[in-house]
Amino acid sequence: MATESKESIEHHIQTYIRVFIALGVLTVITVAVSYLNVSFIEAFFIAMTVATIKGSLVLGYFMHLITERQMIIWILVATVTTFIILMFIPLISLTDQVTTWN
Amino acid sequence: MNIPYILDERPDTGLTNSKLGIWIFLASEVMLFGGLFSAYVFLRIAAPEGDFDYWGAKLSVPMATFNTLVLITSSVTMVMAWASLKLKDFEKYKIYLGVTILCALAFLVVKYFEYTGKFHHGVYPASSTFMGIYFTLTGLHVLHIIGGVAVLAYFWSPIGDKMYKEDSELLASRIEITGLYWHFVDLVWIFLFPILYLL
Repeated sequence: MATESKESIEHHIQTYIRVFIALGVLTVITVAVSYLNVSFIEAFFIAMTVATIKGSLVLGYFMHLITERQMIIWILVATVTTFIILMFIPLISLTDQVTTWN
Repeated sequence: MNIPYILDERPDTGLTNSKLGIWIFLASEVMLFGGLFSAYVFLRIAAPEGDFDYWGAKLSVPMATFNTLVLITSSVTMVMAWASLKLKDFEKYKIYLGVTILCALAFLVVKYFEYTGKFHHGVYPASSTFMGIYFTLTGLHVLHIIGGVAVLAYFWSPIGDKMYKEDSELLASRIEITGLYWHFVDLVWIFLFPILYLL
């Protein structure tokens, strides 16, 4: 973003305001949905979907990831992939409950 | 001594050193918070039925919603501060950065009332598994906010004014890098809010 023109920056400002409004609306939606009488799985799915959309907006527009170099994208892809693998390793223990509980 | 490739992109990476550095740091932060999110998931799976719901109901959703909106506002003012610098509008930069700092302080004040409210009711990290992971996750996040405020205040102070006079593009680059960190702190809260307060 070092070589942005004045017009380009002014265009970005309009986008930032739209993203800000979207984030506010999505926050209200998340809270409103939490008061609905839905199952935990449904509530979890809705909350995580809205949080992911909000997170993507922050990453994409405020952190300029949509116009960023490929190298940064690959650093993040490697990080998230490693995290997912590490997160699911403990799940293997759930398949070994006989040993666990004895 | 000048640090190389702070304003100019390195030919091999296509990035400035500062930008590559902050993204690698943020990747390590993803692993740090990711590990704790993972702990939350497995603690919840292993907890007795209804335990997390019981303790989670003790948290204040209105306070957390307010804090979410405050952090989102701080994120947009942060990026506007950077845009103002790029447009060479130093006065607006100071206003936007000042509002960002005020939002961060408002977040910390609300968090203080949340924490002290729990302590007054005899609720501590050791009270339950939920409260243990709640205080760990939010406490670590608060530490990140405090660190961020210190950096933001540094750039808002007369030191920042001096930097602008010496090299406005260099200050804009530093604010962009600080902003990336600040947006990440906002991003973490975007996920903390639903899993701790709403589920």
